[in-house]
Amino acid sequence: MRPILMKGHERPLTFLRYNKDGDLLFSCAKDHTPTLWFADNGERLGTYRGHNGAVWCCDVSRDSSRLITGSADQTAKLWDVKSGKELFTFKFGSPTRSVDFAVGDHLAVITTDYFVDRMAAIHVKRIAEDPEDQVSDSVLVLQCPDGKKRINRAVWGPLNQTIVSAGEDTVIRIWDTETGKLLNETNEEVGHKKAITSLCKAADDSHFLTGSHDKTAKAFFQLWDMRTLTLIKTYTTGVPVNAVAMSPLLNHVVLGGGQDASAVTTTDHRAGKFEAKFYDKILQEEIGGVKGHFGPINALAFNPDGKSFSSGGEDGYVRLHHFDSDYFNIKI
Amino acid sequence: MAIDSMQKTNKIRWGEIDEEEDDFDFLLPPKQMIGPDQNGVKKVIVYKFNDEGKKVKITTTTRVQKRALTKQAVERRSWNKFGDAANEEAGSYLTMRSTEDIILERIRAPGSNVEQSTVSGDSMSQLGKPGAVLMVCRLCHKKGDHWTSRCPQKDLLSLMDEPLTAETSTSTIAGTGTGKAAYVPPSMREGADRKAAGSDMRSRNDENAVRVTNLSEDTRGPDLMELFRPFGSVTRCHVAIDQKTSMSRGFGFVNFVSREDAQRAINTLNGYGYDNLILRVEWATPKPN
Repeated sequence: MRPILMKGHERPLTFLRYNKDGDLLFSCAKDHTPTLWFADNGERLGTYRGHNGAVWCCDVSRDSSRLITGSADQTAKLWDVKSGKELFTFKFGSPTRSVDFAVGDHLAVITTDYFVDRMAAIHVKRIAEDPEDQVSDSVLVLQCPDGKKRINRAVWGPLNQTIVSAGEDTVIRIWDTETGKLLNETNEEVGHKKAITSLCKAADDSHFLTGSHDKTAKAFFQLWDMRTLTLIKTYTTGVPVNAVAMSPLLNHVVLGGGQDASAVTTTDHRAGKFEAKFYDKILQEEIGGVKGHFGPINALAFNPDGKSFSSGGEDGYVRLHHFDSDYFNIKI
Repeated sequence: MAIDSMQKTNKIRWGEIDEEEDDFDFLLPPKQMIGPDQNGVKKVIVYKFNDEGKKVKITTTTRVQKRALTKQAVERRSWNKFGDAANEEAGSYLTMRSTEDIILERIRAPGSNVEQSTVSGDSMSQLGKPGAVLMVCRLCHKKGDHWTSRCPQKDLLSLMDEPLTAETSTSTIAGTGTGKAAYVPPSMREGADRKAAGSDMRSRNDENAVRVTNLSEDTRGPDLMELFRPFGSVTRCHVAIDQKTSMSRGFGFVNFVSREDAQRAINTLNGYGYDNLILRVEWATPKPN
């Protein structure tokens, strides 16, 4: 396949998200400006100007009308997707790290980092239909035991009944949305050994995938069963994992990562060798890799139709890949 | 491939050509249209005269893709550009198609697709290819497939990896290898692709390696083979030879396919008198469980 290279960001990419119809791609980077692209040809449609810090995460509503972004400038902003207009700003006392719309788009979960004397927390905000009515109060605020550890991702569980959070303290926690109680968390033997960097939900919300750095210089991540938090599969790579994605069409899992520190000087200097690794979801075996990035891969996203995927790297490039027909015939 | 147009090559009488006419199109080869192939790529080759009167061949490659879009998606295609994109000209270079063709590089070719494909799937049978045995990759130990620098698992099996126990390992070897106990070969280190190395390891039989010491000077590989063959299939037997004197250095290694055979060989041949020396036969490394 011939990937489409999109160099709209001057700084490393942090997050990529497709809309539900699969025709729009949102990219977030450390350069303060989330960008909107067409997902078929990579043509840039627009940028959302307003943030003053690195944008860590974004989510788009189901009808692709609203975009929410979380940034290091201690705000999360609501935007009108079509015009690029800023609709509302949620102000926090610390940088926001992760945002996620609930099913139905009437709620959003936003995580904030530890900063000065504010502990890291998970906030739930109500999203009003009419931006004029939007208020900034939190419906619910959750805190992890170690408030100094970043919560890298927090997403809604099936039917918004739970919130799943994962972060630097290596523990995945499931919270009850109604009561705010901690329902479940991973224990040491089963959980990750290092900070969890990324989380991806399955299309039907039945399982999710987490990627993590690991002290043993071997990154593996596990696929968890959301309702009961059971480890189902583990995928091993040789590099710390920065981003994970699941194909909605085939049983494939993609991991994007960096390069292990010990390998930096010993591997050859061919450029474009950072790859997104494909694994068979059920067999846990590596299928292959798609090379091309000049820096570690920080973001991965699959198009909801499963026929293309995009990766964003430390090099500031977004690479959009449309699969060839042989991808769909891969046999292990 | 369909050649679209046909033109009769008429002999043009130069005397009949009207000098003022610019249109010499009849001199050009016909337009070619190479229809959509399996990826939907269509090529149109057109010949023209450019401004300097030179014949120019223009190849246009297009991929024809049919996409089903929702109504809203279609509506979104007609949105105006906003933000930083509002001032863009049509020819901006933010978005470009890669010049390289990137493929999903398979980690190892699936059994049925390998060029040196074998019925048994045993990498040892790659020896059929001339020169194949000599091409050994230091990382994944596949013989005859690729050199170390071309190893598809380069980052996974970096030569600098620390030896560590691995959770996913199915075998119970802890740091075995041929030779020194402290050295852990890449395929056994933490981070190594054991599933790839698994079957290869068996064929290399690192864990079924037997060291034979106190060999006489003129013992060679075939002698060892003959001696150990009765105990089971031997994949490899090697005698350390001093290059200068061409004599055996007194020790060698025998790799068995099965562990039990190796164990029996050890039990039987340790202390065996061979060529007027008493052999010492043991596991090649500190005895693994």
